[in-house]
Amino acid sequence: MMAPASEAELAALVADHHGRAAPLWLAGGGTRLRLPQAAALSTRALSGVVTYEPGELTLIARAGTPVAEIEALLASQGQALAFEPMDHRAILGTTGAPTVGGVVAANVSGPRRVLAGACRDHLLGVRFVDGRGRVIRNGGRVMKNVTGMDLGRLVAGSFGTLAVLTEVALKTLPLPEAQETLAFPGLDAAQAVALFSAALATPFEVSGAAFHAGTAWLRIEGLAAQVAYRRARLTALLRDHTPEVLDAAASRALWQGLRDVAHFAGEGALWRILVKPTDAPATAAALARLGGNASLDWGGGLIWYRGPGEPAQVRQAAGAGLAMLLRPSGDAPPLFPAEPPGVAAISAALRRTFDPAGILNPGLMEG
Amino acid sequence: MSTIQMPVPDAGIIAQKPQIVAALQAVLPADAVISDPAETRAYECDALTAYRCPPLAVVLPRTTEEVAAAMRICHDMGVPVVPRGAGTSLAGGALPTADSVVIATLRLREVLEIDTSNRFVRVQTGVTNLSVSGELAPLGFFYAPDPSSQLACTIAGNIAMNSGGAHCLKYGVTTNNLLGVRMVLASGEIVEIGGPLPGAAGLDLLGLICGSEGQLGIVTEATLRILPRPEGARPMLIGFDSAEVAGECVARIIRSGLLPVAIEYMDDVCLRAVEGFARAGYPDCAAVLIVEVEGSEAEIAEQTERIRAIAAALHPVEFRSSRNDDESLAIWKGRKSAFGAMGRLGDYLCLDGTVPVSKLPFTLRRIGELSREHGLEVANVFHAGDGNMHPLILFDANKPGDLERAEAFGRDILRLCVEVGGCLTGEHGVGIEKRDLMSAQYGPDDMAIQMEVKSALDPRWLLNPAKVFPLDASQPWREGTAR
Repeated sequence: MMAPASEAELAALVADHHGRAAPLWLAGGGTRLRLPQAAALSTRALSGVVTYEPGELTLIARAGTPVAEIEALLASQGQALAFEPMDHRAILGTTGAPTVGGVVAANVSGPRRVLAGACRDHLLGVRFVDGRGRVIRNGGRVMKNVTGMDLGRLVAGSFGTLAVLTEVALKTLPLPEAQETLAFPGLDAAQAVALFSAALATPFEVSGAAFHAGTAWLRIEGLAAQVAYRRARLTALLRDHTPEVLDAAASRALWQGLRDVAHFAGEGALWRILVKPTDAPATAAALARLGGNASLDWGGGLIWYRGPGEPAQVRQAAGAGLAMLLRPSGDAPPLFPAEPPGVAAISAALRRTFDPAGILNPGLMEG
Repeated sequence: MSTIQMPVPDAGIIAQKPQIVAALQAVLPADAVISDPAETRAYECDALTAYRCPPLAVVLPRTTEEVAAAMRICHDMGVPVVPRGAGTSLAGGALPTADSVVIATLRLREVLEIDTSNRFVRVQTGVTNLSVSGELAPLGFFYAPDPSSQLACTIAGNIAMNSGGAHCLKYGVTTNNLLGVRMVLASGEIVEIGGPLPGAAGLDLLGLICGSEGQLGIVTEATLRILPRPEGARPMLIGFDSAEVAGECVARIIRSGLLPVAIEYMDDVCLRAVEGFARAGYPDCAAVLIVEVEGSEAEIAEQTERIRAIAAALHPVEFRSSRNDDESLAIWKGRKSAFGAMGRLGDYLCLDGTVPVSKLPFTLRRIGELSREHGLEVANVFHAGDGNMHPLILFDANKPGDLERAEAFGRDILRLCVEVGGCLTGEHGVGIEKRDLMSAQYGPDDMAIQMEVKSALDPRWLLNPAKVFPLDASQPWREGTAR
């Protein structure tokens, strides 16, 4: 595999492939997708933190920088990536080191998305190489920036189909001083989502709202006194239920597992389905009829489904939701949801703009 | 007089005015098309009032379909379209050209759906920013972006310019609170993008559309994320006898792990103007910070105490925290009247470059030096937590050459913002005002790909042409000779 050590080298390589219209399968650490073909290009050699300013809540890192290195650096200053990027290795059985470029390219977010937003919401700026081999800069390192078009957010979540990210600037946030989790056992999906909607309508900054195997969890974070206060208020509000309280250590372990969907690790088709939160119970019920198991995150907005079902059946069960087959059974590549026709036409025009020869992870995101 | 050029309007299009107006009238209600020069004059400028030009005609649709019908006619006849919300842009984003049709969203005023269980609201985009939060208030929710023009500005304009406000440090800007749009493309085609789901099927087109300054389409409906209202909020006021120390205080608060919802900064020029105008009782010192924290009474008290301790180590000349709503209003009074107070001193240009927070003290010092070099006074009032500066350059519009001097001073400040690692505009947008400075921030390829993206959605460059990109760079695209 090619792993250029400089942005210029990478740009020359892409330009060469563009000239020959030769496909270029690319990855960061190679942990987040099973590509249809082995990756020929990795950004992992473009590694290292360029700038970290805790007082500005700003981190700039080269795309190949391992996520673990960044998380350790931020933790040393009491900060974190608030969108809590998940680690896909458990569910995909991949073994590389996840990179920050991969996090942005796949717009990877974890449970705290329900409060803090997605990866793309924390993106301040990017450098990338487009499909012609041009080095492009967009955005910057400051939190408020409306100078020109926002291409960073467009490239975030494009899975290497528009450009090769070489550097990203991200907003960091203080790590919450304290946390605990309220566990509500003995619920069904409908009761869980009703609980989530009630809790997320409060000002108590619930930072996790997930459900699996009959238990719903709400995570509370903040200053130590704040957490106690918020627990009391939420418990009073949800007085039809009697939650168990998980302390900080138990809470951290729980949410790391939920973040990484550890309960669906291993083999077998695994779907990631986005729905309107209050549609989640009906969707989960339809999925259950196919014979598998579902869990919920993001207050119901994200459903994980492991189990049988042809793509057409799962999509039908998903209704108005967006279903992605992240882990097909066997060695098949992932299957993305289809875009509506009008949107697909815009996406196609943008792909021709960024990658006129269609060489970057070609066809990967076609539904 | 003024220094920003616009392209020569297309005489062929102007000559076709009767046919264009007739075609628009044929598909739109009689009161939706304005072509009388006495009436189109009302749309000749936005809040960058130094630049004015009445359009050929103005269209005021009431539905997405009417926007689409108007757009299709303009597209088929090759007429440029200037999208307009409430016309509060400080950057000339809604400035018409003589050969253009203005399509305004003002009459798209319906709130379509409020869903507190899924935490979103769906509105037509002619609603004002403040009215969205107004609708939500009885339900205990609010819409977070709060630009200071929120009484007048529309959601359409907020989306076009990716508007911010005073509370971005905690809640983000428009792009962080936008879930979906219904949009009319340059061709007149209507597309739906996103919605109440937490993500897209494919590419993140919302991220591209938000802040594209009317270059890609007209957004007629929007799905917006709504948030539960905090239990309470209280500001505190901290006065320092040095701008540098005030800047250091901002950095220390952020590094401490606290996340105030707002940190506002006012310098001595601004403080004096405000005292003369609003008598807010602010201290007479080099810099004042207003820091607002949220939560229950106990949460507010704890955060206030921590900030008091951080400030105390820097020896403020005054620290005052609010104990009740009256005291909160008193602390905010001066900040909220700052622009009005400055207006009393004369004409001003309001800039909005952003700099990294650690570069605030240096940037402020350098702006002071530039002020002396250009012989014009400048006041600084801005969102310090996110480095979004608002230098107000004072000048006299009636004095020949003064506007040009103020604009030259402004360009120097914006170049300075870029040099220290910031950007030209944090929330107002590029428009025409900063168009020709884009090359200070972006290289030729950085701009080329943005113009290629515009071409992908608007191949004939009919939507808000001559904005955002330097005129010389966009000329081949506008004239259809690029590539």
